[in-house]
Amino acid sequence: MSLALTDDERMIRDSAEGFFAEHAPVAELRRLRDAKDPVGFDRALWVKMAEMGFAGVAIPEAFGGAGLGMVAAGLIQEAIGRNLSLSPFLSTAILSATILARGGSEEQKAALLPRMAAAELVVALAADEAPRHAPAHVATRAEASGNGFRLTGTKPFVLDGHVADRLIVAARTSGDDRDPAGITLFLVDPKAEGVTVERRSMVDSRNAARVTLHAVQVDGADVIGAVGEGYALLEAALDAGRACLAAEMLGVADRAFAMTLDYLKTREQFGRPIGSFQALQHRAAHLFCEIELAKSVTLKALRALDEGDARAPVFASLAKAKVGEVARLATNEGVQMHGGIGMTDDADIGFYMKRARAAAETFGDSAFHGDRIARIMRY
Amino acid sequence: MDETAELADFRAETRAWLEANCPEEMRQPVRSDSDICWGGRRFVFSSPAQKLWLERMAERGWTVPEWPREYGGGGLSKAEARILGQEMRRIRARPPLSSFGIWMLGPALLKYGNEAQKREHLPKIARGEIRWCQGYSEPGAGSDLASLRTSAVLEGDHYIVNGQKIWTSYADRADWIFCLVRTDPEAPKHLGISFLLFDMESPGVSTAPIRLISGSSPFCQTFFDNVRVPKENLVGAPGRGWEIAKYLLTHEREMIGGMDSGAAEGRDGIAQVAKRALGVGEDGTLPDSMLRTDIIRQEIDSWAFALTMERVKDEAKAGQGTGALSSMLKYYGTELNKRRMELMMSLEGTESLLWEGKDREGDLARAWLRSRANSIEGGTSEIQLNIIAKNVLGLPAA
Repeated sequence: MSLALTDDERMIRDSAEGFFAEHAPVAELRRLRDAKDPVGFDRALWVKMAEMGFAGVAIPEAFGGAGLGMVAAGLIQEAIGRNLSLSPFLSTAILSATILARGGSEEQKAALLPRMAAAELVVALAADEAPRHAPAHVATRAEASGNGFRLTGTKPFVLDGHVADRLIVAARTSGDDRDPAGITLFLVDPKAEGVTVERRSMVDSRNAARVTLHAVQVDGADVIGAVGEGYALLEAALDAGRACLAAEMLGVADRAFAMTLDYLKTREQFGRPIGSFQALQHRAAHLFCEIELAKSVTLKALRALDEGDARAPVFASLAKAKVGEVARLATNEGVQMHGGIGMTDDADIGFYMKRARAAAETFGDSAFHGDRIARIMRY
Repeated sequence: MDETAELADFRAETRAWLEANCPEEMRQPVRSDSDICWGGRRFVFSSPAQKLWLERMAERGWTVPEWPREYGGGGLSKAEARILGQEMRRIRARPPLSSFGIWMLGPALLKYGNEAQKREHLPKIARGEIRWCQGYSEPGAGSDLASLRTSAVLEGDHYIVNGQKIWTSYADRADWIFCLVRTDPEAPKHLGISFLLFDMESPGVSTAPIRLISGSSPFCQTFFDNVRVPKENLVGAPGRGWEIAKYLLTHEREMIGGMDSGAAEGRDGIAQVAKRALGVGEDGTLPDSMLRTDIIRQEIDSWAFALTMERVKDEAKAGQGTGALSSMLKYYGTELNKRRMELMMSLEGTESLLWEGKDREGDLARAWLRSRANSIEGGTSEIQLNIIAKNVLGLPAA
């Protein structure tokens, strides 16, 4: 399909941009951070996102969602990136929604998806265990127990884990610690006995909880999909998440670049705007080209996911790898070109650099995804 | 996507015609320069099939499918031309004709030429009768092209041209030249330039090939000594040649930028070349991990660039043209192609150094050397970055 946005898609993009610029601009991130807000985002905003259809963008209409798919989800997350808006969009509306919509039983879907689309439930994914992303690396064990399983292990990086109403936990029912086979996904109530949730605030003012499971009893009905076959489901959700993170980083890069260009045109030194100096012009022009490439790989990844293209994992990795580099370049250059002002907390550019770093590290950086592309392409 | 009934009919007719008319030899991959048909008065066809293929295609106007029929074109719509392209690729048909006339002068004449100029020159380009070269750069006017000094002084019905051009591609084989000349030495430098067409056989024109680091000589020095050019050969208004020159450069940049087609379609990606050259280890990865990393980075950028070319085309088709992207494509595409050639050399190791040998020619070393010109010709990378900074980003003048 075409790599130009359709009219409908342009409308979604414009309405998402208008919505987040109005309701959740950078000033709101600053306010929540300074207030050390216990939730970490504005619940009223999340409800408004549900009313706009954003929370249910990837949830089928039969389960109360908008069923618009990944291009729409990516356009929403791009606007989130531009404005650095805080919400459980990635954890709940993308990652968990993808797993449940694809692998959930009818009962699970009926019980959870409509309430997620209505912003009544936050559902967080507890998958990664190693600091460097390695999705098959699951040492958390699920031992058969009664009519279900007993889970033990630690998940150090659970996005929105501290406010989650449900957790989706990847645990091992068979195989050794790095085996893709033998991973099973479970629905876990964070209030269940044996679950400890420790809030950890990150450099980008977002939260990623450390979740510890100690002999947590779950029911057989809490298994998502088939026992031992959770990895494919997990990868599908991660690829959706990676493509949407690429879209967010595109928004981060694009806005950081626009702010930097403004600064280059207004800041004067040596009696003229610093943007008249060729040393800065060439770096800005190069960055412009890189952002254009980032736009193309992002849209391709989102389209490939919507079309069920067999190469979607490659395109998701291509987008995550490329846009991660571009967002870091754009924000690092942004801070440098803002000079001393760029180092101050008063300037917004620093927030963009922090978010670019965090988003690039989440679910695999450029090295991880470059290697993944090469392995899929057999070199 | 569903095609309309008319387009489906057009596809069926085109397919049948190509099957019946494209000689078998013209369905083989292009292996050397002699497989490319450049046309022109002195062109020597490498085979009867090459001549026949040109004649048959030119008769239908399909050497220039989208040009109007009255100027020797096919008069096809964009959709029909796309189908023709697809059907030609389907049977791997070679382009019947390649020329600067088609890629560069033709579009400029269609936009800026008068009726007589279009009728005189376009059909001869379409039929491959006249081969054109481009007279832009001068010894003192490279990146600062607008400072060019070749003069054209009007005397009666003729311009008298004096001066020197450099880097004129294939000037020694071309029949006519489209040339930037200064007609008004008093005007500001961009406003004194005119766009002039003349015959390379005119008295006073001479050429001298320039030997390059790659050993080949595709470029020439071109000298003009009191060359008389009829004044009706000036395209557009006197002093307005710079606008035409820029329009034409846009086409040239897109052509040069398009040379890195990357891993996306058709040509083998660098990763496939690496696998053949190095093999893979027990874990299925390339054995040299630093080289593998370089290759992965190249593939990522090359793929991202190919998708960007696709997106720019799709957006233009959807009427969302962001415009002014030719400098980006030229800059990024040529820098990528240079990186690619560096990697190709590394993959072949000392074998890449071969210049002349018993079993094979040093094609790779020559191609590597040739690629260095990509980011110089048609406006250097630095000039492209200047253009982006000024025209796209709106940064203040230095």
